[in-house]
Amino acid sequence: MNKKQKKALGRIIISSILVVALTFIKPTGLLGLALYLIPYLIVGYETLRKAIKGIMNRQPLDECLLMSIATIGAFLMAILKTNDFVEGVAVMLFYQVGEFFESYAVGKSRRNISELMDIRPDYANLENDGKITAVDPDEVAIGSIIVVNPGEKVPIDGVIIEGESAIDTAALTGESVPRTVRVSDEIYSGSINLSGIIKIRTTKEFGESTASRILDLVENASSRKSKSEDFIAKFARIYTPAVVYSAIALAIVPPAISYLLKGNSEILTWCYRALTFLVISCPCALVISIPLSFFAGLGGASKEGVLIKGSNYLEALAKTDIVVFDKTGTLTKGVFAVTKIKSEHLSPQELLKYAAIAESASSHPIAKSLKEAYGKQIDTSLLGGLEERAGKGIVAMVDNREVAVGNAKLLDSLDIAYERCDEAGTLIYLAIDRKYEGYIVISDIIKDSSKKAIAKLKDNGVRKCIMLTGDNEAVAKNVADELRLDGYYAELLPADKVDRLEEIIAKKNDNNTLAFVGDGMNDAPVLARADIGIAMGAIGSDAAIEAADVVLMDDDPMKISRAIAIARKCLLIVYENIIFAIGVKLLCLLLGALGIANMWTAIFADVGVMIIAVLNAIRALNTKRL
Amino acid sequence: MKKTYKIEVDCANCANKMEEAAKKTNGVKDCVVNYMTLKMTVEFAEGADITAVMNDVLANCKKVEDDCEIYF
Repeated sequence: MNKKQKKALGRIIISSILVVALTFIKPTGLLGLALYLIPYLIVGYETLRKAIKGIMNRQPLDECLLMSIATIGAFLMAILKTNDFVEGVAVMLFYQVGEFFESYAVGKSRRNISELMDIRPDYANLENDGKITAVDPDEVAIGSIIVVNPGEKVPIDGVIIEGESAIDTAALTGESVPRTVRVSDEIYSGSINLSGIIKIRTTKEFGESTASRILDLVENASSRKSKSEDFIAKFARIYTPAVVYSAIALAIVPPAISYLLKGNSEILTWCYRALTFLVISCPCALVISIPLSFFAGLGGASKEGVLIKGSNYLEALAKTDIVVFDKTGTLTKGVFAVTKIKSEHLSPQELLKYAAIAESASSHPIAKSLKEAYGKQIDTSLLGGLEERAGKGIVAMVDNREVAVGNAKLLDSLDIAYERCDEAGTLIYLAIDRKYEGYIVISDIIKDSSKKAIAKLKDNGVRKCIMLTGDNEAVAKNVADELRLDGYYAELLPADKVDRLEEIIAKKNDNNTLAFVGDGMNDAPVLARADIGIAMGAIGSDAAIEAADVVLMDDDPMKISRAIAIARKCLLIVYENIIFAIGVKLLCLLLGALGIANMWTAIFADVGVMIIAVLNAIRALNTKRL
Repeated sequence: MKKTYKIEVDCANCANKMEEAAKKTNGVKDCVVNYMTLKMTVEFAEGADITAVMNDVLANCKKVEDDCEIYF
């Protein structure tokens, strides 16, 4: 509790005690008024002061002013008619209780959710000439050596140069099983060192490190407002004036009609009902619960290793109808292994050698597996000129011979005759000096949880799961059948993927959204084009974090359906709160106009709605049973 | 140009009012107030004098909600 809140609570307590005491004494008349004004002023002084400032600043519909009018009106009623002084004090008292609760609950959840994401390291143990000093992580230059003791947070991204340890990456990935790291392993800031002392050579500055980037993303997330938030903000803008004008009408029109018909205006009764309207005119309960729900939803998601860049994306995610997947690295492990070599003239090892050298400069996963399969040190001095053909392959000079390594399209484009085969797997054709030499089959392995993840998405109401891939038809069909996808597009160049996505978007229903899931490797344009771009396994990949709307910290496809489930739950809570709060307010207005609800009911309903809506909003933080 | 400021305000509707008031200030192209993180992101119009504009923004916000603060 901060100073302001403590003060407010103190006023509420003192005032309540006085009111309770006065209800036993039951003073009447002017003495009663004077005595009841004491607790009223104690608890309501701030409101009255703000009301006067509001008038001076020409803010006629200021809540403080409306509440002041309502309570002062209640006192006037007491003098003129009812002799019930408690009402005016009670309304002000409960109004303050509501305000206090709002400020306290929001402050508390604000802190809780921030703590949840508190991966900000406070210091780094910098090693310099054998001496270790704790410094501000901001001051550590790239390439410095830092020491991380057990129990400490890793402050900056880097590579381990000494030591072995288990690290807890839960704050980054949501993965609760500790990971073992050894020398030359990469390590990300924000993870916690559990067992041994490790030395790290930093590879990034603090500001560019994973922990800083994630914090940045999370802290700026809820600034992008959702449609629901805009709706409520607009509603609040209309709501207060509408209620105030109806209150004025209620105080004038029925008494006038009544006077004309019966000769008795009953003006006090109608004025009282009008004052009841003013009590309900504050839209706060409505306005607070919506951003709070989204904030809690974003917090709950990030606890699970799902970073969502804004409330608007959370909202869109909840309406996901079609999920489009990139294949490699998303549904499959992206770990390729050479499974077959068919050579026309050379020995298989020789063929592999040419392929490995030609691809030696490439970082593509296929190149990596070729190099791994070759197994020996690659003599890069044999590699001459090199030309990469996007989506096709590579043409390189190896040992002064022109070697073409790539898919069928490459050989087609070079007009080289070859034997087409339809093995499942990625087929790498090889031609040397424009003569077909054979092919190498590389297969990718489907992730263990992919099948379950697709089934779970379907359970969660996703209508279609479609896969896009640059691989050939046979591989695509194989994976699509295995995972029971609703469709696939194969042999796509990176640019084709955007076109295919456009086609799918054009066909879909406007109310629903399409999510694209990729690993951020060369699919940034597709991530950007989809209604929601989901990048998975994005930890450490800057481009993906930049392009995507939702970032999954690890590469488990199950997280996609979890993300959607979290979003759906959050949106459900938002709708519950909107309907509940507006519904109760309208009901109170109706009952107030009919004279069934008095000011007591009105203020109870108002504060009650706020408390229930806030508690309901905080439920969005709980993601355990989804 | 966009800048983010820390703010202090006590109720969600007041935050919305501040956003409205800031948006109407001369020299402000757009403004988003995030009540949950207590941050105000202001996009300034081309060539605006930031300190002067922010002074106006604060004055306008104080008009709609007396009990608020912007740190700049």
